[in-house]
Amino acid sequence: MLSISNLHVSVGDKPILKGLTLDVPAGEVHAIMGPNGAGKSTLGYALSGRPGYEATEGSVEWNGADLLDLDPAERAAKGVFLSFQYPIEIPGVPALTFVRTALNAQKRARGEAEVSAPEFLRLVKAASKALKMDFDMLKRPLNVGFSGGEKKRMEILQMALLEPSLLILDETDSGLDIDALRIVADGVNALRSPERSMLVITHYQRLLDYIKPDRVHVLAAGRIVASGGPELALQLEAEGYDKYLPAAA
Amino acid sequence: MSALFDIDLADASTFPSRRTEAWKYSDLRRYLREAPQPSPTTAIGAPGPFYDLGGEAIVFANGRAVGVTDFIASGEQILRLRYMSDAVGTGHSAGARVVARPGARLLLLETHEGAGSAYVAHNTLELDVAAGAEVTRVVLAEEPEDALSIAQAQVRVEAGGVFRQTVIATGAKLQRVETRIEHHARGAHVQADGLYLLDGARQADLTSVVRHLDRDGTTSQLIKGVARDTARGVFQGKIVVERGADGTDARMGHHALIASQRAEIDAKPELIIYADDVQCAHGNTVGTLDESALFYMQQRGVPADEARALLTQAFLIEVVDRIEHEGAREVVREWLTARL
Repeated sequence: MLSISNLHVSVGDKPILKGLTLDVPAGEVHAIMGPNGAGKSTLGYALSGRPGYEATEGSVEWNGADLLDLDPAERAAKGVFLSFQYPIEIPGVPALTFVRTALNAQKRARGEAEVSAPEFLRLVKAASKALKMDFDMLKRPLNVGFSGGEKKRMEILQMALLEPSLLILDETDSGLDIDALRIVADGVNALRSPERSMLVITHYQRLLDYIKPDRVHVLAAGRIVASGGPELALQLEAEGYDKYLPAAA
Repeated sequence: MSALFDIDLADASTFPSRRTEAWKYSDLRRYLREAPQPSPTTAIGAPGPFYDLGGEAIVFANGRAVGVTDFIASGEQILRLRYMSDAVGTGHSAGARVVARPGARLLLLETHEGAGSAYVAHNTLELDVAAGAEVTRVVLAEEPEDALSIAQAQVRVEAGGVFRQTVIATGAKLQRVETRIEHHARGAHVQADGLYLLDGARQADLTSVVRHLDRDGTTSQLIKGVARDTARGVFQGKIVVERGADGTDARMGHHALIASQRAEIDAKPELIIYADDVQCAHGNTVGTLDESALFYMQQRGVPADEARALLTQAFLIEVVDRIEHEGAREVVREWLTARL
């Protein structure tokens, strides 16, 4: 269970989230929709602990732990995974090396046994096959020269291997053609489980045709201003965000 | 003392200061006003980082030769050239001469191994690479943080020879690894790489001068470094293309990471060209670790220190990957990984 209560987050001196309250029970998929500038990406960064995104008020509880007290790597070890809108390129670090380092660091932090090299290779080969990824690509530096679709698949591959319990997808559909979108959505749907919570952040309804949410929330001006079932997404698609925006001056 | 090298530890008037342009970032006289007392004799201890690669050895212990000081290579050979210091507060000099005869392939593994403290070391090398010879020189300088260490090499690369070097420096109170290369071109190739990895208040100075004396020679230089804490990295790279050295192709790159607000990098790349029809380029960058990459790695569970080490290694490893000899490359790779 993710429980966000009255969360205020500033970037520099600028308040972005202004009292956001939201509960995501285990096993549910919640969509966060909203206009540009509403604070959607800020929410993803605040939950994952990006430096520069300062929580000035409120709390974020995840399975009994106060996330705001933890650094980003500690949050990851607790199961928090933020899928980036624009995954970062890391020259000089092969994708395989990176994922294995991350997986074993998480296991160490949780006091679990590390995964051996042969076992890891077996896991990666199975996961990359399911995502129709070329295994040789994983020997290349992480995301360097990857296409938009390849980068997103790389994110899904990491999810499949790291097995996070709280998945935050930030505009996962951006830059994807329809085939890539389907593969990515299938990858995410395969991870749906009663223990796993998902927060799907998106500007457009399109992604929600593929990843069906249990609940939809509208984020505007730093707060959740409306919540409903999947039909709310369709309504937003038809009517736009205008009625949730502050009246134009 | 060879006329090629102008520092004499017994004569303080020969100590360069920043008034000399070539020493403006590494003011020896600031740290050393008087000639140091001579270092005592000492025994050689550990076998050195390249021991497992075998080959012949020239060893100096506190400046005194343990055996020969000269070496002539023919055929395929490995030479470990070890300048060892374990003195405390005293000074010593050592000089070696190495010749690679025509057709020789020599792997020269040079180490500046320091124990003790606050010593002054001045180590020199004269190296001749004959026509058609190929020399790979790997210099690993790891010394105490309060040592003063000047290593100077004069390298002559004959027409058609190949000389590659990679300097790895961890700094000292002042640690300068200087290489002057006479490049006789005519198909000869020079690679003059290096990396520095500095923490605390350490300083390292990688200085090189490559002089293209004839036509159709190539030079490639890649230097990378990291300075943490209050450390200071100095790169001075000069490539001179003399009159008549047409068809020269020379590339120089220096890229440094500053890992702390109080660290410092001083870079002076110079291309001096007196010939026509040459291709020369240099690139120089100084930056910090990519914050978004650091966050990305941490978000996936890699702790901050480990993420920094991984990114730093990824940055530096390009220099190590260019070491031609596989065995030497692996030793340096492991050495580097253990220190990040």
